[in-house]
Amino acid sequence: MENIISKEELDRAFDARFPSEVAEILRSSKVAIAGLGGLGSNIAVMLVRSGIGHLKLIDFDVVDVTNLNRQMYSIKHLGKPKTEALLEILKGINPYITYETVQIKVTPDNVEELFKDFPIVCEAFDKPDQKAMLVREVLTRCPLATVVSGNGMAGYADTNSIITKRQMSRFYVCGDGNTDVGNGIGLMAPRVAVCAGHQANKVIQLLLNKLNT
Amino acid sequence: MVQINGESKDAANKNLYQYLVDEGFDISRVVVELNLEIIPAEDLKNITIKDNDSIEVLRFVGGG
Repeated sequence: MENIISKEELDRAFDARFPSEVAEILRSSKVAIAGLGGLGSNIAVMLVRSGIGHLKLIDFDVVDVTNLNRQMYSIKHLGKPKTEALLEILKGINPYITYETVQIKVTPDNVEELFKDFPIVCEAFDKPDQKAMLVREVLTRCPLATVVSGNGMAGYADTNSIITKRQMSRFYVCGDGNTDVGNGIGLMAPRVAVCAGHQANKVIQLLLNKLNT
Repeated sequence: MVQINGESKDAANKNLYQYLVDEGFDISRVVVELNLEIIPAEDLKNITIKDNDSIEVLRFVGGG
């Protein structure tokens, strides 16, 4: 069904108000997303809609009923690996992108192998020690990679507190920096999606910065 | 003096790991940059803070 539309038709549908170099740069770009939960599944959908040409999607987990409050999955995906479920969703939006999926738990030992070919890595884990591990390991083991991270998006406080900040030379952080699931506050779709939007937007901006140099 | 997250602190000659622990950081949840270089977790204990060092510490919270 998805192939009713050709690659050329989809490419032509890219907003023509942008110069043609914009679509070309995005189409030739590679982005890795580590963690396909609330942040990662939303980031992936936004990047596919934005015409990123090559996505690597990494998660060890399967879709659980507790994911449905904020992640892109549906009831039909329950029990499926997130890599598989998200691939199905993304191919429904654009089947002509290069997708790589890896169902694995990221550890210091596999970081280099997983991310060495990717100039941009989205950190989209939920546990704070895993977030810190990924950022540390990617920045020390992959000297060409820039990391865009999510930090603090729980609850339902004003979304204006979610910001994007250049934290270190190759490290951007999106979020409020403060609201912690560990403090008993839950996650809801709106703030998680806002934070994912910050991350996806920073990725696009980093890729298109080439246009201005 | 030492710059830590943009603030001047009297932390020279202290062990970096111990300083961060004393300041209340959970080491498993932080990313530390010393003079624009990310410090691998296992190296923190081997580093003595020097005068004029610039240190950035990012603390992660849970949720994603």
